[in-house]
Amino acid sequence: MDTTGNLILPPSGSTYAPQVDALLTFLTYMSLFFIVVIFGAIIYFVIRYRRRGAEPEYHRAPAHNTALEIVWTIIPLILVLFLFVWGFRVYMRMNVVPKDALEIQVTAQKWFWSFTYPDGATSVNELVVPVGRPIKLLLSSRDVIHSFYVPDFRIKRDTLPNRYGITWFEATQVGEHDLFCAEYCGSKHSAMIGKVRVVSDREYREWLETSATAGEGLPPEEFGERLYTSRGCINCHSLDGTPGNGPSMLGVFGSRVQLTDGTSVIADENYVRESILEPQAKIVAGYQPIMPTYQTILRDEEVNALIAYLKTLSEQTTTGE
Amino acid sequence: MSTMEGQSASKYAEPNYLSATRGLKSWLLTLDHKRIGLLYLISTTVAFVIGGIFALLIRLELLQPGGQFMTSDQYNQVFTLHGAVMIFLFIIPATPAILGNFFLPMQIGAKDVAFPRLNLASWYVYMFGALFALYSMHTGAADTGWTFYTPYSTETTTSVISMTLGVLILGFSSIFTGLNFIVTVHKLRAPGMTWFKTPLFVWAIYATAIIQVLATPVLAITLVLLMLERAFGIGIFDPKMGGDPVLFQHFFWFYSHPAVYIMILPAMGIISEVIPVFAHRRIFGYKAIAYSSLAIAFISFLVWGHHMFVSGQSELAAAMFSLLTFLVAIPSGIKVFNWTATMYKGSLTFEPPMLYALSFLFLFAIGGLTGVFLGVLAVDVHVHDTYFVVAHFHYVMVGGSVMGFLAGLHYWWPKMFGRMYSLFWATVALVVIFIGFNLTFFPQFILGVRGMPRRYFDYLPKYEDLNVLSSLGGFLLLIGFGMVIVYLVLSLARGRAAGANPWGAATLEWSVGSPPPPNNFEQTPEVRHGPYDFDVVKPKRTYP
Ligand code: HEC
Ligand SMILES: [Cu+2]
Repeated sequence: MDTTGNLILPPSGSTYAPQVDALLTFLTYMSLFFIVVIFGAIIYFVIRYRRRGAEPEYHRAPAHNTALEIVWTIIPLILVLFLFVWGFRVYMRMNVVPKDALEIQVTAQKWFWSFTYPDGATSVNELVVPVGRPIKLLLSSRDVIHSFYVPDFRIKRDTLPNRYGITWFEATQVGEHDLFCAEYCGSKHSAMIGKVRVVSDREYREWLETSATAGEGLPPEEFGERLYTSRGCINCHSLDGTPGNGPSMLGVFGSRVQLTDGTSVIADENYVRESILEPQAKIVAGYQPIMPTYQTILRDEEVNALIAYLKTLSEQTTTGE
Repeated sequence: MSTMEGQSASKYAEPNYLSATRGLKSWLLTLDHKRIGLLYLISTTVAFVIGGIFALLIRLELLQPGGQFMTSDQYNQVFTLHGAVMIFLFIIPATPAILGNFFLPMQIGAKDVAFPRLNLASWYVYMFGALFALYSMHTGAADTGWTFYTPYSTETTTSVISMTLGVLILGFSSIFTGLNFIVTVHKLRAPGMTWFKTPLFVWAIYATAIIQVLATPVLAITLVLLMLERAFGIGIFDPKMGGDPVLFQHFFWFYSHPAVYIMILPAMGIISEVIPVFAHRRIFGYKAIAYSSLAIAFISFLVWGHHMFVSGQSELAAAMFSLLTFLVAIPSGIKVFNWTATMYKGSLTFEPPMLYALSFLFLFAIGGLTGVFLGVLAVDVHVHDTYFVVAHFHYVMVGGSVMGFLAGLHYWWPKMFGRMYSLFWATVALVVIFIGFNLTFFPQFILGVRGMPRRYFDYLPKYEDLNVLSSLGGFLLLIGFGMVIVYLVLSLARGRAAGANPWGAATLEWSVGSPPPPNNFEQTPEVRHGPYDFDVVKPKRTYP
């Protein structure tokens, strides 16, 4: 059973993954069976009934055979009905969330994932879950449709802007798994990837605590630098001056910024803060208003840290000149 | 090659539809269904080449992880154009509008289609739509994928309107063609041609036409709504304006799933012609094949929800759609069994059309069986929107529709132009295409099962090896298809005369000279035998 599994399938990391794999394996062998039967017949006919003489002969051959035709309609019909029931039962298992599940909110937006845990902790592009506990995911999107996909768990669910998607999984081992966005969402669709980190129950609790106090003890610039990548700023704002989906952050702080409404502002602390929490308030000339709001994603200390970090990017340019 | 001497022009039927009138105007204003078929042949071939160039760019970009020579935005435009051009400009029109146009009237013993002017209009509408769709390249081609999912398509800054307007217009061309064929089949069959003496290609095109006429308007409405939303902010799909994005998916797939059968049914019709002719025996299960075409056309309207198993539709809806999806697999399976049985006790020969038909059987069987994977709810959750789906529909659309189309083109080419292409080079090209195709798309099944999502500009290093294989296959495919174009064009100048009935077929189009006379038949033919009664007619091959 596992011979194809090991060769082709990705590692199985959730409780229902083996059930999906059993179906996949069955389907693979069933397909092989049909291919062998049909092409066995075709190859046999090709050899046995190839034209012998210079001219083809016209034999009288059976035009149909009711018994045979009924057989080859009924057998596939039974087979697909069987597959339907089997597939549906596993599907229900994948959809019905166990009662005691731990609920985590998943928010997708161009082009990163953020996760909110029951006690209010958040993380971006990394979902941390305890092993051996059912996790209920409450999925939504802030812009277009995305899709939450972890191949190792055999789980996929679209995130919609106007309603919640609900699904669940239970990880079976400690380890790391890739997380992809599976519904095309534009420019950085293929960069909208993250990780699911499965940890022990104790580690999970520790992680929740440290994430609530993350950055403590770090100088704000350094903390800001980390946030800049982990919170997805880097996806749109380069650090080397090349414009991307948003302006590069090199030398922005303290400079004069031209806005779409014709006015201009100096990029001071308040402006940057507003840009992060209320990005649609002032739009930089030449760019689309696509920056997501970080209102519920970043805590105050984190915004401060980011501002501190952006300052260092302006110091570098002035010293470089 | 020395055998070329001694072939004189007198071997070609005169007068024929190619030589009857001359000049550009006689082509651009022609009402002859055969000439309109050729107009379509030229324009869809151009579309195929353009779509192929985009495919090549995709495979070049994916040769390695990371960006090679495009930005992600350009890549997104390229895969959108590849899909839209191949589907709307090539596969949907190819078989019905080229081979259907040319041979449907001839196979039923008619002088032309029911509405020749509408037929010509459909070509102009096609050209007009094609120009719109391609014009969008100039203004910043759409980057939505050929599926135009909202709210992305409402928000993106690329020229979605130009592309969707193009597709909308192309839809009308498709409706015109379908309407014309339905009336033609009902009204213009020659005396004696009862429904069950009608060739299976006609049945298939007829079933296709029904889908074209019933489903395409839904696409048109959907695209109009999308354009209204984009242009005037009338909220229908975008939740920001009070709409529902999943509604778009329902509308879109209500057309686009049947559209899959617009693409494959005509190819099935071709296979039903080619296999009996090269097996030199009557087809096995004529009625089963004919009815299964209609069954497919009917059930195909009821399965659209299987594109949305992970979008959050209710479990009950998912279950219904899954069940119906399995039911649509049955008639396709029946056809495959019948074609196989048609070889039993035949006298098989293996000229290129037959080799294409055999390749079709193999590739379509894989495409169909992997479709069963996707119908299984729990499995679809895992492989939906991955390369598994990409591989599956390329096996159906290229392995099925395009291989079927090529089988038909090679089968009827000597009738269309009176000349035979090089059988040797045709066989070589087929082998190259067959290997290239499997090399390109088989690895994608594995990529998909291992979790690589589709429409990815960049991928993780663990997916590299299989992507390299796939790209190599793509280059082989390029060589193979390039060869086909070269030897077919060369055959027009240097091919040997094929005679009226080179393969020894029994349908009506082979009873007149090649190329056919302008009005097809000197007098209305009287039909006395079925299309596959080889043992009664005992047709003589006129080639070599
Ligand atoms: C989806 C892409 C995207 C992401 C992710 C993103 N931004 Fe932006 N950002 C933009 C765009 C586009 C603009 C310019 C338009 C505007 O002003 O809203 C912008 C503007 C800004 C500005 C004003 C820049 C100027 O030149 O005046 C700042 C500051 C900023 N972003 C900071 C951030 C920070 C910090 C993060 C991460 C926490 C971030 N952005 C994440 C797209 C993004
Ligand atoms: Cu996404």
